[in-house]
Amino acid sequence: MNEPRTQLMLCGGSGCHSTGTRAFREALQKELESQGLVEEVKIIETGCNGFCAVGPVMLVQPEGIFYQNLRTKHVTHLVEEHFLKGRPVPKLFYVEPASKETIPNMEEIPFFQHQVFWAMRNKSALDPEVIDEYIARDGYFGAAKAINEMSADQIIEEMKISGLRGRGGAGFPTGLKWEFASKNSSDIKYVLCNADEGDPGAFMDRSILEADPHAVLEGMIIAARAINSHQGYIYARTEYPLAIRRLGIAIQQAREYGLLGKDILGSDFDFDIDIYQGAGAFVCGEETALMRSIEGKRGMPRPRPPFPALRGLWEKPTVLNNVETFSNVSQIILNGGQWYASIGTETSKGTKVFALSGDVANIGLVEVPMGISLRTIIYDIGGGIPNKKKFKAVQLGGPSGGCVPEEYLDTPVDYEEIVKLGAIMGSGGMIIMDENTCMVDMARFFMDFIQDESCGKCTPCREGTRRLLQILENICNGKGKAEDLVALDQISDVIKASALCGLGQTAPNPVLSTLRYFMDEYHAHVYEKKCPAKRCVALLKFEIDPNLCTKCGICFRNCPSNAISWKKKEVAKIDKEKCTQCLTCYEKCKFKAIL
Amino acid sequence: MAHVERPQHPDISNDMFDKIDEIIAVNRPRPGSIITALRECQDMAGYLPVELIDYISHGMNIAPSEVFGIASFYALFSMEPKGRHTIKMCLGTACYVKGVKQIMSRIHLEYGIGDSETTEDRRFSLEAVRCLGACGLAPVMIVDKDTYGALSSDRAVEILEKYE
Repeated sequence: MNEPRTQLMLCGGSGCHSTGTRAFREALQKELESQGLVEEVKIIETGCNGFCAVGPVMLVQPEGIFYQNLRTKHVTHLVEEHFLKGRPVPKLFYVEPASKETIPNMEEIPFFQHQVFWAMRNKSALDPEVIDEYIARDGYFGAAKAINEMSADQIIEEMKISGLRGRGGAGFPTGLKWEFASKNSSDIKYVLCNADEGDPGAFMDRSILEADPHAVLEGMIIAARAINSHQGYIYARTEYPLAIRRLGIAIQQAREYGLLGKDILGSDFDFDIDIYQGAGAFVCGEETALMRSIEGKRGMPRPRPPFPALRGLWEKPTVLNNVETFSNVSQIILNGGQWYASIGTETSKGTKVFALSGDVANIGLVEVPMGISLRTIIYDIGGGIPNKKKFKAVQLGGPSGGCVPEEYLDTPVDYEEIVKLGAIMGSGGMIIMDENTCMVDMARFFMDFIQDESCGKCTPCREGTRRLLQILENICNGKGKAEDLVALDQISDVIKASALCGLGQTAPNPVLSTLRYFMDEYHAHVYEKKCPAKRCVALLKFEIDPNLCTKCGICFRNCPSNAISWKKKEVAKIDKEKCTQCLTCYEKCKFKAIL
Repeated sequence: MAHVERPQHPDISNDMFDKIDEIIAVNRPRPGSIITALRECQDMAGYLPVELIDYISHGMNIAPSEVFGIASFYALFSMEPKGRHTIKMCLGTACYVKGVKQIMSRIHLEYGIGDSETTEDRRFSLEAVRCLGACGLAPVMIVDKDTYGALSSDRAVEILEKYE
């Protein structure tokens, strides 16, 4: 068969799937068939493209035309105009919101301009279910080099030069971790991949697994070679069915190609990988808890040392890295550690993938060079805050991280610099919050999460987070007292100093960072019994201020429980009996007239 | 395997027990496979009633207390019967910021169920889950196997009405 003249890289990530990729694909395929174009135009379903905000998206290659917000109704016109007559369809191009300019090419869209695709280098470039496509893009060349040409020490040395640090959150140098495990002599060692992406607001690991599963397998093979391990496990969240399916296919194909199993690539090196599905426990993202879970026990952390590099899974030396870390490895081996270290800051090298979400225009996955400022990510890539609202904070690092306010947005993305702000780099969740977000309520939200997910093994985390939650709930319910603010601080310090695992020690961060930057909001809740962002239901009156009301009736039209009465040229009125306090009217009212 | 009599249970048929026996036989020799066995059995029976946990623990030759400890530790396992349709509502940070709280209260208003509850007619079970990793579509819910994003309270109810 001849090479098709056009390839349609249709995004098959989870985001685009829920906005209708499958239906679009079927309709497109049918239309191509009926127009007799199937030989010339080929649809390839790729993993996540990253620009989830405008999905489903499709990249037309080799032209590089980027189509967005695709629906089945567009199919006939698109096929006829573009693929039959060669005229791209401008109404499906990306429109720059500020200038209203249409941008046909992907690289010219501001969202992609500041990005550097290393970990996500194969996004929108291949079918993740076909190993040949990965190999065609230098896939498994790094593994071949590591197995055939390099000694274990050389691999580790290259990793150390690269400066790659763990992308799961803690940022431990990868090369060093491998070195420890390689020096421990044992007949059995394990390589584990942490794909238990539990931080709410983080979805980069999921997207990498869905878009480029072989890159993760290849990274694991190289790690196994470096420490001389023969068995690996990928611990994947059960909430990620598509990622697990694609991993399964990838492992099967790699075995068929002799890239996993006995005598890999004709060498005498054996290594195989199995998938282990988690069962829904946030704490299993902690390395020792994850290992307990693979052993079939309750996933609870244990004190370290001994570190897993000495005694890990089944008490054997174990290397555990996360998905994004592994996906960087083959490129480092192929291009050299120097190459990887060529971008970044003094202590943080290479790139980092962030999951941009919340109140930001361009929601999606972004990969940026270390050292870029938070402001560039949020405003230049993310397109700023929608609906003319004001920026309030960016939450970094999930439940172990913190909220960073406006004045620190010029901070560079760097492990140490972000810690100074009271947040952490974390796995890469970046949630933007606008002025309508109550920071006390956010602290309460995270504490609710953490106390619910606390495994209960150590007292500081089990009891401490529960007390923090109780105090925050009181404050949100208008029962806060002045001494509560002191107690929050003290309990947080105790948890930080004495909890058993990393997740426990960082658990108070959401409270501490909001206390540090948003004390005025705590004060308003405690002393004035007011919620400035109008989120805390117990502090709201559910009354309409006749002076501010413009009598527009938007609250009346949007109330789901018909609790608002309104007539033209009259101030609206809320019937408190019927009101379910759903806050819809607060969101809809543009004049802040609801008290 | 150690022979234990199959407990009588209204929600588990004999066919299901045949398959559960197969699951146990496959997983029994593998160390650390109890979580996998529990998941597969739950997929079969819909949930894990205490009688079934007992049965599995005998089959796997692990103390019932330990199996119960594992089943109660992980959020995936339920010891209560589920509705015909499971609503998984994402309570991750992005969904929270985008207003999932309002949607939860709307569902409570329409169907009278809160987190981890099932409607009396067993039509819906509502589960508040931690981040589904689809933050780009926040707020998100999964009904059975279908994902729905960019929800509003109205749209959520509109979607749910399609599930009988």
